[in-house]
Amino acid sequence: MVKKMNEICRDFPILNQIVNDERLVYLDNAATSQKPKEVIDAVSNYFLRDNANVHRGVHTLAERATEQFEQTRFKVKNLINAKSEREIVYTKGTTEGLNWVAVSFGTQVVKSGDEIVVSYMEHHSNIVPWQILCEKTGAKLKYVKLTKNGELDFEDAKEKITAKTKIVSIAQASNVMGVVNPIKELAKLAHENGAYMVVDGAQSLPHMKVDVQDLDVDFLAFSGHKMLGPTGIGILFGKMELLERMSPLEYGGEMIDFVELDHSTFKEVPWKFEGGTQNIAGVIGLGAAIDYLQDVGYEEIEKKEHELVEYVLPKLLQIDGLTVYGPKEPDKHTGVISFNLDGIHPHDVATALDMEGVAVRAGHHCAQPLMKYLKIPATVRASFYFYNTKADADQLIKAILATKEFFKHGTI
Amino acid sequence: MALSRLDNLYRQMILEHADHPHHHGVLENSDHQLELRNPTCGDVLILQLKMEDGKVSDIAFSGEGCTISQASASMMTDEVIGKTPNEIEKMVVAFSDMVTGKAETEEDYEEILGDASILEGVAQFPARIKCATLAWKAIYQALGENNKGVDGQ
Repeated sequence: MVKKMNEICRDFPILNQIVNDERLVYLDNAATSQKPKEVIDAVSNYFLRDNANVHRGVHTLAERATEQFEQTRFKVKNLINAKSEREIVYTKGTTEGLNWVAVSFGTQVVKSGDEIVVSYMEHHSNIVPWQILCEKTGAKLKYVKLTKNGELDFEDAKEKITAKTKIVSIAQASNVMGVVNPIKELAKLAHENGAYMVVDGAQSLPHMKVDVQDLDVDFLAFSGHKMLGPTGIGILFGKMELLERMSPLEYGGEMIDFVELDHSTFKEVPWKFEGGTQNIAGVIGLGAAIDYLQDVGYEEIEKKEHELVEYVLPKLLQIDGLTVYGPKEPDKHTGVISFNLDGIHPHDVATALDMEGVAVRAGHHCAQPLMKYLKIPATVRASFYFYNTKADADQLIKAILATKEFFKHGTI
Repeated sequence: MALSRLDNLYRQMILEHADHPHHHGVLENSDHQLELRNPTCGDVLILQLKMEDGKVSDIAFSGEGCTISQASASMMTDEVIGKTPNEIEKMVVAFSDMVTGKAETEEDYEEILGDASILEGVAQFPARIKCATLAWKAIYQALGENNKGVDGQ
């Protein structure tokens, strides 16, 4: 570890501010993380010194930009232990990655009567692309149930994943309940049944070491902005032989080899997928974000987040009238905790917490099927990251108690 | 403490309306019914209307939502009974102007909107404007559908 945990707050200038007369406590990290100075500087320096289009120019700036742009591909390859940097495709985020797999790969392998398996805890971006694929192909979408504890029911997964299954697509970590799913075992189950394993890594990559070879997944999609990087940049990993089978999704500049009047040839994987001028600053920012994460180290990140959850979860559970959704055991949680206060709508809670400087999310968290499954309209979600502190947790608890008091008595 | 700012948003009357909403429930034999959702938060509002002599004669709402959306719906239903679609349309526009902070004087709003003018504080909480306007959008659309003679869904 190059970075010291107690010095990390200084790297995030945005955290050092007063909001609504209170110290800002940012607990909406599952929506987007804050960015360290290193990332802001990398993006800024690119525009200040190196801005040019990649792959095309022969001049020095174009070379510098291309070098940094391609360097990030190696950083991502090392981060997730892909076999080759050519298995790393730049996208604009998790949603685009999952859509591309559904549209370009799914239509090749899924036929009428086949089945696609997801779970009840998926984000809309890991449901809707498969719904559309099912509509197009006549395939059926099946949902793996959850246990009472809010974890994926592996016994049900064994029943749902059958010889009819062509694709299994599951989030590695839930964006609502913070549970981590057994991806390695699911991938094994999928492969034994002749299906492909797709993973939504949006909520796992920011928090834990992900090794695509060890997990043996076929595709993994994730977003840069939840792991300290800029918005508008994401990664789609795919096994080389599968990416080679996929057609490009956008045709035009950047992704071609030769264009004749009546036909064209395309670049090889991954560049054939990267049509048009890419989000170069985003890619460079993501590279800096990965450097930062590795300087801190996933081991330290997991340790810190676990400490925070172990500290705050029992305090939340002690609050009268507060319900936590998902596991009550800290070791079964990422930094994501969803809860409700009896008789107070989550939106009212979120507004009140905001007045106390605490930024949380309220709503269905793009997981309406999960809300229906839990029979609730919405939740409050506090999501911690490694730069949060016990003082942040204390401020959250204090703000929740004040909120309860306010709505009980109509004033404070 | 910064929570005291909440008093601007959650005035006592608003909390009372949310706790004991007026016209909450289901109308038998409603002339028109409309369901409106706030997709960002999952709130659902079902509005039912009865018309007589070109005026709203009875109204009811159900569904789920936060304090602001429930109080706003309750106040809206109080204010629109006995009004014509044209009058209501003016109220909806005034309400929207008020909560989005478009400059007008408070007296104007009280004149047009009655008790619902107490929701003016919402203008200081931009994230909550959609909560306040849901019921007013619903009546606007329900009456629009009325004019076309179509039941909305």
